[in-house]
Amino acid sequence: MSAKSKSRRHLPAIVFIFLQFLSTSLFAQDAGSATPAQGEELNAEMVAAGETLFNNNCKVCHAVHSKVLGPPLANVYERRPIEWIKSFVRNSQQVIESGDEYAVNLFNEYNKTMMTPFDFSDEEILSIIEYIKSETLKGPPVEEKVTVAATETTVQEQGISSGLLITFLVLLLIILVLILVVLFVLVSVLTKYLKLKAELSAEDKEIVYQELEFGKFIKSPGFVWVATFILTAFIFKAVIDGLYNVGIQQGYAPTQPIAFSHKVHAGDFKIDCNYCHTGVRKSRNANLPSVNICMNCHVSINKVTGATEPSVEIQKIYDANENNMPIEWVRVHNLPDLAYFNHAQHFEVGGITCQTCHGPVEEMDVLRQQENLTMGWCIDCHRKTEIRTDNGYYDKLVKIHAEKSDKPMVVEDIGGLECSKCHY
Amino acid sequence: MKKDKKQYWKGVEQLTNHPEFVKFASREFPQELPIEDGKLKEDGGSTRRDFLKLMGFSLAAASLAACEAPVRKAIPYLNKPEEIDPGIPNYYASTYTNGGNYASIVVKTREGRPIKIEPNKLSNVTGSGTSVQVEASVLSLYDKARLTGPYINGSAVEWKELDSQVKTKLESIVSGGGQIRIVSKTILSPSTKAAIDKFIERYPGTDLVMYDPISAYGMVKANERSFGRAVIPTYHFDRANIVVSFGADFLGTWINPIRYSADFIKNRKLENGKKTMSRLYQFEANLSLTGANADYRAPIKPSAEGLAVTTLYNLLASKAGKPALATSPVKADHLDKAANDLWANRGRSLVVSGSNDPNVQVVVNAINDLLQNIGSTIDLKSPVYFRQGDDEKMRQFVSDLGAGKIQGVIFMNCNPVYDYYQGEKIKAALEKINLKVSLCEREDETATSTDYVAATHHYLESWGDANPSEGEYSLQQPAISPLFNTRQAEVSLLTWAGNNNVDYYEFVKNYWKEHFFSTQNKESDFTRFFDKCLFDGVYSLNPMAVTMEMITFGGDVNAAASSISKTYSANSNAVELALYETIALGDGTHANNPWLQETPDPITKACWDNYLTISQTMANELGVELIESDTYLLDLKVGDKTYTLPAIVQPGQARGTVGLAVGYGRTKAGRVGNNIGVNAFPLISKKNGLPLMNVTDGVTVTMTNKPAKVAQTQTHHTFMNREFVVQETTLDTYKNHPEHAFHRPAIAVSTGLEKKLGDQKIDGRVPPREITLWKGHSYDNHHWAMTIDMNACIGCAACTVACQAENNVPVVGKKEVINRREMAWIRIDRYYSSEKGATSNKELEKAAENPEVTFQPMMCQHCNNAPCETVCPVAATTHSTEGLNQMAYNRCIGTRYCANNCPYKVRRFNWFKYHDNSKFADNTSMNNDLGKMVLNPDVTVRSRGVMEKCSFCVQRIQYGKLEAKKKGRRPIDGEITPACASACPTDAITFGDIKDPESKVVSVLQLKDRGDKQEIHEHRAYHVLEEINVRPNIWYLAKVRNKEENA
Repeated sequence: MSAKSKSRRHLPAIVFIFLQFLSTSLFAQDAGSATPAQGEELNAEMVAAGETLFNNNCKVCHAVHSKVLGPPLANVYERRPIEWIKSFVRNSQQVIESGDEYAVNLFNEYNKTMMTPFDFSDEEILSIIEYIKSETLKGPPVEEKVTVAATETTVQEQGISSGLLITFLVLLLIILVLILVVLFVLVSVLTKYLKLKAELSAEDKEIVYQELEFGKFIKSPGFVWVATFILTAFIFKAVIDGLYNVGIQQGYAPTQPIAFSHKVHAGDFKIDCNYCHTGVRKSRNANLPSVNICMNCHVSINKVTGATEPSVEIQKIYDANENNMPIEWVRVHNLPDLAYFNHAQHFEVGGITCQTCHGPVEEMDVLRQQENLTMGWCIDCHRKTEIRTDNGYYDKLVKIHAEKSDKPMVVEDIGGLECSKCHY
Repeated sequence: MKKDKKQYWKGVEQLTNHPEFVKFASREFPQELPIEDGKLKEDGGSTRRDFLKLMGFSLAAASLAACEAPVRKAIPYLNKPEEIDPGIPNYYASTYTNGGNYASIVVKTREGRPIKIEPNKLSNVTGSGTSVQVEASVLSLYDKARLTGPYINGSAVEWKELDSQVKTKLESIVSGGGQIRIVSKTILSPSTKAAIDKFIERYPGTDLVMYDPISAYGMVKANERSFGRAVIPTYHFDRANIVVSFGADFLGTWINPIRYSADFIKNRKLENGKKTMSRLYQFEANLSLTGANADYRAPIKPSAEGLAVTTLYNLLASKAGKPALATSPVKADHLDKAANDLWANRGRSLVVSGSNDPNVQVVVNAINDLLQNIGSTIDLKSPVYFRQGDDEKMRQFVSDLGAGKIQGVIFMNCNPVYDYYQGEKIKAALEKINLKVSLCEREDETATSTDYVAATHHYLESWGDANPSEGEYSLQQPAISPLFNTRQAEVSLLTWAGNNNVDYYEFVKNYWKEHFFSTQNKESDFTRFFDKCLFDGVYSLNPMAVTMEMITFGGDVNAAASSISKTYSANSNAVELALYETIALGDGTHANNPWLQETPDPITKACWDNYLTISQTMANELGVELIESDTYLLDLKVGDKTYTLPAIVQPGQARGTVGLAVGYGRTKAGRVGNNIGVNAFPLISKKNGLPLMNVTDGVTVTMTNKPAKVAQTQTHHTFMNREFVVQETTLDTYKNHPEHAFHRPAIAVSTGLEKKLGDQKIDGRVPPREITLWKGHSYDNHHWAMTIDMNACIGCAACTVACQAENNVPVVGKKEVINRREMAWIRIDRYYSSEKGATSNKELEKAAENPEVTFQPMMCQHCNNAPCETVCPVAATTHSTEGLNQMAYNRCIGTRYCANNCPYKVRRFNWFKYHDNSKFADNTSMNNDLGKMVLNPDVTVRSRGVMEKCSFCVQRIQYGKLEAKKKGRRPIDGEITPACASACPTDAITFGDIKDPESKVVSVLQLKDRGDKQEIHEHRAYHVLEEINVRPNIWYLAKVRNKEENA
């Protein structure tokens, strides 16, 4: 990027950097969530462990500050004794059946939905509570909006750079047209001047009194040749583009048997992708959820938020369950059989977010294919993406790479572009 | 360097340099062969134009078709089973049994489908590896020829109907005091026997008759006569320094070859500087796998076998000062030497015989007794139960059946009409029987002769257990729910015995609770104990007892010898027939398995057929010439039976003998296995009342002059006579001068370079690796490499089928094998070697009389300077940063330049679309919905027009790496094993990362990594064709024969 263009967009850049600072400082707060200012010592390790556990297990039905399927958990450690929480988490049914008043009230308040029992150890429950404590102390989230703003700015900033190019091109075009006009004026002035002079030779006259014959020009071999060339080039380009698009389904958003909305589930309710796509951490397949996973929640949710009547779409899950017929979803992301893709490698090992390839799924009512999923797209990412080096597997490679280069180690550097990484 | 240059040859046509051989050898692909039937164009140009037209059309069609993307469904489970995660394999320990053939296995399943069989390393019996038949058995599960439900007289019925009819008939037989027989092959399962006992309890008058198609009853009888124990002992081949075998193919087919070969090779490996190994003598008629691995082999006629054993006895008796037996001596090469060696290794030697003649076995026992082997290499206290067939009882059954003394017969997982030598008699007698039931997997020859067919599960769908040898137990658990409306044989028996809703899992569990739970004290809870056994797959009652009580020989060796001298003769001139079992097909039970049919026999290298193996001498007499699959049909007449068979000229075949395999000639096996070859079981001879595999009289062989073709792969993919593909030496040379025992190619250099290279110089020459055009590759991460120990490779071909299963390698069928288009990624090259070449028939006879044999597994060598990579115009084959030579199928345009340029001839071209193509219906794993379930979903099924080859099982490497990454560490040596190495029963193949100093490959090669250079200190390690400096990642460890110089 040239120095000139940098200076031109210094204002948005500064805004961006400022926001970045803001968000990173917030992240920093996240990481070291122990806030001594609040007067209570939190065990950072336990909070981290608790956060993982919470995200993987509780998040689907609970939030710290708001009501999801279950009650908000802020201050739960003050509301109930630890022992009660332990027994409720492990087997809420037992607690309710024992006639515990609080539990019965809770059960009735939440549409008589039974909480899934979790076989957690004492330590695990305590670390989840520790995490809840830290979140409670932080107060309801406000930082999210700022982060979103930061992302938006990033998008804008990218827009600026391509916009600049267009402006530049337009300017160039205007200048060229101006030059053309000036030249034309010059020629006509000179011709006029020459015409005033009588003593022109025959040859010169021919040139000066030359008239532009449109028909002749069209038929001239030069023009025919140029026109044919341009036409052919355009057709050729169109064909090539067309062929390159064969089999590419970017934007593909088929109608699904159930009008399932990722926006509602992943966006509004913030259900972790993992909760339904169970294979993403361990398998090559992310897995579509089986009906029993849907039923974990939908056993008690049969209406869309705000609706009074039971949803027709949710009814389809019940029908599938009753008729013992699996749901036949339409596959949106189709890789050719010859390409091997492994979710675990990218998500679990590489730390790539789902959105990198699938786009802002949490904003899609109807799921669509965001990226083109071509090999070029894969390769492009492998050229740019840095290796997450906190994995013991890469230790030696990082060391060797550091000796050879001062750039960060990207997937390409460790053979990420080789054929047999994806084709076998 | 060697003094005498040995000649290596793959077939007689190569030895004589026959013009046909030369023609094919110089041509990589037989271009003139038709690609489509009857469409051979005389003008080559029009074929190309057709191709272009087609290509243009298909391109247009493809782009049109692509406009409307096909809707692909993704259907998740309704209720996902907890243990199944799509994309992640599950492994279940189980047990393979086919009669008395046994292997403890681990079944790999994907999404609930078994796709691959691996050895169960926890097993004391077969933990070392698998065999061809075990590997291929997973395909039989998805066989369309399997029965889909019960039948009565050929029409499908409900189980209820069949049960009530069978029960009524059983009742009426029992109330009338009638006799019922359950006929079966060897039953290894104690719980099955318990189920049969329950049946017998309910229906008195029932008896169990077990038989083995290839019987070892003579041995059991002999052991009873010699030691008072009617058992087959455990043989410890690993403890023997000298092994002498009379026709026992213990590395290939005899009793328990997986264990025997592992044990035998344990004492043959020269690892970690070990300089001693056992010596094997083999006396036999056909060249068997064991004979091919013998240090000294002598071809003898079957009629002399008994006398050869007594001659050996007499030689040893004279040393021991014991009276000799009154038999005529037989002259066989190496017999004296064997006697000397045996005598010098008393207590550390082993003599075995494959004969079913108890007299011969008694003398063998006497020899082992003379040598003090009983109790050291022969353990009678821990018998094995692989052959429980009782030939006398079975013969009685057949005669009773004929005489109408039996009213009901139940055939349980056996097919005696086909595989018992009196099968025709059984078939005829069955017509008069009131109740005949078949418990079987497929409608075989026996099932079609019975009224009631109770379809059984495949073993991968069944519960069960096995007791292969004393104190060793293993469990069998289903790896898939039953595909069809079938029922396990035991359940049928228990149902007929009056139990309702039999849960055989509970039955097995209860049996274990009753019999095994109390034998241990580690687990106090039965469920935990059973789950542990199920998880491990095996349970050992007691670790092998260390002290072995002496069992004394009490047999009458003189009586045995006198019977031998009556039935055997030292110099018979008659043509004799030696029947044998092949490694792939065995007794023919799995004849409908195309993987087995296409496995080339390790010795003859022929597949899809059975044939008569004849000696070169006989070939000269009859005028048979075997040139590049072209041969002649011979008429084999045995008694009143005549068979017409193609001939294969077999070097090493004893003069005056012919060999023929059993297991072929099925008529009711299924579409793949039907009508291939002839059924040789009825030819089994009945000398001494016991079935013998050798027919010594009444055999004539005549020439028909009709040409025939056999699908032989031996001369395909030849090395163009390049030297030093195979390297070998003798033990003495290796012991004394390991550094000079092998050929080290060197290249002459100019003096300038010579100076620079300093100590690398050998007589003004340097090793080829010192000179190269290429920059080489640097390996920061992994560097995968393999060693193949040719001293350990016995040529059993388990790796070939394991590779086929793992890598979705198609079956091409007999015709295409004849067209030299087999697809196997790993082949086992079998080389004969003789002192001299041959130009005349007489010389050929001498060279082919008893050649040495070397096996060399050959697959992509993953060269670091790969010749294939440089010639690919589209970079479809490239080198990876981990040392793999990778092949991108979707990039390949099929020029076949790479195959032309491959010095090892390991690349395979897809001449056809082998999947979803009715013309290759025999390739069942790719051509029907059921068969496709066996495909490995991690490996692409290749299409027409692309090249393929060994990938070092890259899918396993990637999987292993990912598993390690998920745990945040480096892969541990041994976690990543290609299919071939994992299947190998003798551990001949070692695979690993030579960048990992802890890896076994590094220690095998004694590799020292000096930064820029790797030094190999193992003297036996060499590269095939080292002189062309392609720097393969596969090292071979040269073969060492325990043979004396100039012997």
